[in-house]
Amino acid sequence: MNFLRFAVRRLLEMAATLFVASFVVFGAMYLAPGSPAGFLLSGRSASPAALQAINEQYHLDDPFPVRYLRWLGQVLHGDFGRSLTYRTDVSRLLADRLPVTLTLVAMALLIVVVLGLALGWIGAVRGGAADSAVLVSTMVAVGTPSFVAAVLLQGLFAVRLGWFPSGGAGQGFADTVWHLTLPAVALALYLVGLLARVTRSAMLDELGSEHVAVARARGVPERRVIVRHVFRNALGTVLTTGGLVVSTLLVCTVLVESAFSVGGLGQLLELATTTKDFPTVQAVALIVVALFMAVNLLVDLVHPLVDPRVVLGARRSAA
Amino acid sequence: MSAVLTRRPVLSRLRAGRAPLQAVCLAVVALVVLAAVLAPWLAPADPNAVDLGSALAGPGAGHPLGVDAAGRDTLARLLIGARTSLLGPLGVVVFSTVGGIAVGAAAAWRGGWLDSLLSRSTELVFAFPGMLLAVLVVAVAGEGLLAPVVALAVAYLPYVSRLTRALVLTERERPYVAAHRVQGQSAAQILLRHVLPNIAPVVLAQSAVNFGYALMDLAGLSFLGLGVPALTPDWGRMVFDGQSAVQHGYPLSAVLPCVAIVLTVVAFNVVGERWADHVSGRNR
Repeated sequence: MNFLRFAVRRLLEMAATLFVASFVVFGAMYLAPGSPAGFLLSGRSASPAALQAINEQYHLDDPFPVRYLRWLGQVLHGDFGRSLTYRTDVSRLLADRLPVTLTLVAMALLIVVVLGLALGWIGAVRGGAADSAVLVSTMVAVGTPSFVAAVLLQGLFAVRLGWFPSGGAGQGFADTVWHLTLPAVALALYLVGLLARVTRSAMLDELGSEHVAVARARGVPERRVIVRHVFRNALGTVLTTGGLVVSTLLVCTVLVESAFSVGGLGQLLELATTTKDFPTVQAVALIVVALFMAVNLLVDLVHPLVDPRVVLGARRSAA
Repeated sequence: MSAVLTRRPVLSRLRAGRAPLQAVCLAVVALVVLAAVLAPWLAPADPNAVDLGSALAGPGAGHPLGVDAAGRDTLARLLIGARTSLLGPLGVVVFSTVGGIAVGAAAAWRGGWLDSLLSRSTELVFAFPGMLLAVLVVAVAGEGLLAPVVALAVAYLPYVSRLTRALVLTERERPYVAAHRVQGQSAAQILLRHVLPNIAPVVLAQSAVNFGYALMDLAGLSFLGLGVPALTPDWGRMVFDGQSAVQHGYPLSAVLPCVAIVLTVVAFNVVGERWADHVSGRNR
């Protein structure tokens, strides 16, 4: 019951923040210099009648609140308007491109979670040379932007060695995975470093705590101490970075997808930005923000299940 | 039990082993800054001079680090590019630090509705990753360096303001603040002359860490062609320009700016984090 009330309250809070975010996204585009009609005509002169038709089709004559509320109403029905560049519905553009990007993000997330936790674990538990190696490699990983990783991986593994394709998204499951391996690694690299560092320091904190000393004194096997008392407790701290991890992955697809011309959501955002295709930019931005908040909500709800000491509603934020 | 005992010497060795790392990173930072400042005198050629005859040439007599696909000297572009690549993040850090301190101090000192309003807007900004905010602003304002710098400054502001707010909240409870208040000093006076100097090191350390991240974000925007204008030498832009050469098997003109970016970011991160640990009295 308590859980349900907390979930509902957080859901309402999320809706409110999302509402303000949508206002910011729409308002920013409204303030942009140059009218969409001017862009559609791309310098050609048009008869007043044609201009009128465009203004009516895109509802450009209405006052701001009316346009905002209409847009919001349509968005709530899954209609993001029409793309100015592609001349199709933005929702269709999104539906075409979302699967590739979600596959890419899922692959990268898998790499981040497996490698990040493993490296952090090794650094904290093994110590010594292994720990130094983890520290140095994560230091470099955290300082490597995803587009740098993308270009370097492409040069080495796609061009020089020819093990992987240098671009595109592929057809079918195996081919897609093969095409997206390099982009996923490039996307994951920075976050592997971040997660490994968070895991390592959280586990070191737990290793120095009293309950671990007590468990060891009672003769609990070391392996069990690490798994049940150190790692399990550290997992709560690691979990709070979830929202940050997912939003970074989503946003960095812009860089990685354009380096590998994957043709997903990220590349769509880049092309839409350079061509001032506002409806598309609005839609992608809103989706990224919404996903970030959804993951944060999920983390808040799951955290007490992982770590019962955490009281529901005690606010923490990632980053 | 044995695990505890073997950990101790390892940790101390690690700490000792990190001192040279810190020195190396400081040296890298100094070198990069020096290169940026002295770039016009150090550069062997005009960064935009085109020598198509030797396009994609490797390192040689006239061009110590080779030539890019458009026939421009890579070393000259790296050196001059260091200026744009460092000035952008510097702008982000200065804007976000000044703004963040103002917002955080106001929220903590006044409290009440101002505090909750500022905290709410901070949370809203957190929902927009810096890169996304910058892309949005570029979509609205068009390409150029100023728009993304301002956008990233807004995105980084909450990190500074949240830290400042927490620091000012603990600081204002301390006896010296009450003593100054009893002496009849105004709130602004106490805040500016006594509290801010006390919390400045911690806040500035956070800003030093932000510098590395801002450099990464701005280089990324330039890589997308959304940051600096096309002909301006800039490390991110050089990676973008060199990418097609990479695909044709001539990686040098893209790899060198990549190395410059990674080295600089890592150096700033290590120096900043070390400084942050030092001023906040932590040791790990």
